[in-house]
Amino acid sequence: MEYTILILLLPFLSFILLGLLGTRLKPSVAGAAGTIVTGAVAILCYWTAFSYFGAGRDASGVFPTLIPWNTVWLPFGGSLHIDLGILLDPISVMMLIVISTVSLMVHIYSFGYMKGERGFQRYYAFLSLFTMSMLGLVLATNIFQMYIFWELVGVSSYLLIGFYYTKKEAVAASKKAFIVTRFADLGFLIGILIYGFYTGTFSFTPDAPALGAAKALLPLALGLMFIGGAGKSAMFPLHIWLPDAMEGPTPVSALIHAATMVVAGVYLVARMFPLFIGYAPEVLHITAYVGAFTALYAAVVACVQSDIKRVLAFSTISQIGFMIVALGVCTSADPHEGGLGYMASMFHLFTHAMFKALLFLGAGCIIHAVHSNEMSAMGGLRKYMPVTHITFLVACLAIAGIWPLSGFFSKDEILAACFRFSPVMGGIMTFIAGLTAFYMFRLYYCIFWGNENKELHAEHRPHEAPYSMTIPLIFLAAVTLFAGWIPFGEFVSSNGQAYHIHIDWTVAGISLCVAAAGIALATWMYLREDRTVADGLAVRFSGLHKAAYHRFYIDEIYQFITHRIIFACISTPVAWFDRHVVDGFMNLLALVTNKVSWLIKGIQSGNVQRYSIWVLGGALGIAIVLLLI
Amino acid sequence: MVHMEYYLIVSTIMMFAGIYGFLTRRNLLAMLISVELILNSVDINFAVFNRFLFPGQLEGFFFSLFAIGVSAAETAVAIAIIINIYRNMKNIQVRNLDKMKW
Repeated sequence: MEYTILILLLPFLSFILLGLLGTRLKPSVAGAAGTIVTGAVAILCYWTAFSYFGAGRDASGVFPTLIPWNTVWLPFGGSLHIDLGILLDPISVMMLIVISTVSLMVHIYSFGYMKGERGFQRYYAFLSLFTMSMLGLVLATNIFQMYIFWELVGVSSYLLIGFYYTKKEAVAASKKAFIVTRFADLGFLIGILIYGFYTGTFSFTPDAPALGAAKALLPLALGLMFIGGAGKSAMFPLHIWLPDAMEGPTPVSALIHAATMVVAGVYLVARMFPLFIGYAPEVLHITAYVGAFTALYAAVVACVQSDIKRVLAFSTISQIGFMIVALGVCTSADPHEGGLGYMASMFHLFTHAMFKALLFLGAGCIIHAVHSNEMSAMGGLRKYMPVTHITFLVACLAIAGIWPLSGFFSKDEILAACFRFSPVMGGIMTFIAGLTAFYMFRLYYCIFWGNENKELHAEHRPHEAPYSMTIPLIFLAAVTLFAGWIPFGEFVSSNGQAYHIHIDWTVAGISLCVAAAGIALATWMYLREDRTVADGLAVRFSGLHKAAYHRFYIDEIYQFITHRIIFACISTPVAWFDRHVVDGFMNLLALVTNKVSWLIKGIQSGNVQRYSIWVLGGALGIAIVLLLI
Repeated sequence: MVHMEYYLIVSTIMMFAGIYGFLTRRNLLAMLISVELILNSVDINFAVFNRFLFPGQLEGFFFSLFAIGVSAAETAVAIAIIINIYRNMKNIQVRNLDKMKW
């Protein structure tokens, strides 16, 4: 399967080509080149998946881990070396499908969405760069290669968030995203170094003696790695960059900040899962609590946001919280014992990528039609945009967890895993699932039903998006409709053995009821023309509403800590010390040298005879000294 | 029999005359001549020491011959430099040649 190297090389070449030629290419040519390459990559990924899963299980009943291509890049001596290569196992192959599918859809969609934008070629170049780095991340053979591509993903995210670089908010958002994730990656790097130092390898699967030697420090290393994952996956309190990242073009939000990059943290935990479960189960459970809190927080905030992309961003954070919780509640590697969450998490990752990309692309169509992100500019759009309306509804039903859409199956597995861990966790997650249904349908009704902003729509009549934008919507909606029926446990499970998914109808019944209740509540509050109930509640609980609208002031707390404490109390004195003491000392040295040289430069008069007098005097002086000694 | 000291006295006088001239003459050509005086005094020393202290050997004579050859070459170079200075400055007075100061 050596051809898998092409999965990385093709988008890289496309990035180089588009990046170097830039505006010398016609926009349509650049877009077509990027899309064709991504299409080829997608075909390769599907073919890889087909042949990988088609080859079947080995004698012990698991899909073998293949390394079709590997090269030692940086040897450190002993068993410690950084490799670059390609690793195929069930989760990486599953991720290949997710990334290539969503990336291809976004490439096609961007033809319509980005039409006529300045920097169209640059946009496609960055998309190729992102695709390459994300594929490299999931195919990494060792933790360090993963880290390299992890940073590349961060850079491409930065470049794409700041795509509209003349817009001040976009620049600030890209900077924020980069700094926050980079700060978290510091933890990741330290974790990798501890891991590499004590186990003597960067491999994902060190041998038993190495692990025994590192046993005491593995929980620390894995915990630090999870901090990196939490930064990328926007776990509380490192989530602050994701809502702001919505300043980027909407297809980028769909690709990077909904479907692929933000699940890198989940993927990281899944990748290190055998170590987590074997050596640091308590750290794994901490991740579950972090995930659950994040999911709850984000769901509450999503209920009151007025910018549709922000709602979707918080919904993404909440859903990633679900995936992390599902991983965190695992108590053993056996899916029948307590490892169900692993499969559930990966399944939800897969289905969520599809329907969340669909939601974002749908939101892109809406923004394209009304030229605003605010709900107040929308309402009643179902008449103008039937295709967007139907596909958006499908995605909303999926994320709310309604049978038989894909979200139902994956969320049901997560809830079942949570109930198996503890009824409290299960109860909380079910409640959040209800909140999810509520805020998604609030969003849906506010966009497509309810009060129409007639003035605005009369001035600029909303219109259905072009085919290049609706075809990806239809495709993703089809995937969302049918992906739940994939026997996912047959491909991915915590110990690699085939796991037959059976729906626990008690859990499923509860979650369906809660979802239906959430939808019903949203329907009752937001379907009607007047919003008396909603407005009344907002006034009644004005403190809570305001706090949630301002995202519980987390950004302000960050602002306070960074500006008032770190900048004012640490950075300013340090800067003063640097400018006045350190620089002052150097300036003093320079000043003394300068003055002294002014004083003594008269000696160099250019007069040869005077020089020779000095020479003679010197020679005589030395002669006298030598004679006297 | 002329004693060695007489030769040395002559060469010493030549040496210091050369140094004095090198330091005080205002003309580059005169300075060059002074340098020649210094070199020749050294040549005399070579020859004298060889003649009186190591009578069976020839290294001192050879070395003075060698030094004469080198000083001829050096003179040629010096004259070339002086000619160039004259072409550029229309002047070979040492006092005016202070272009190479700080």
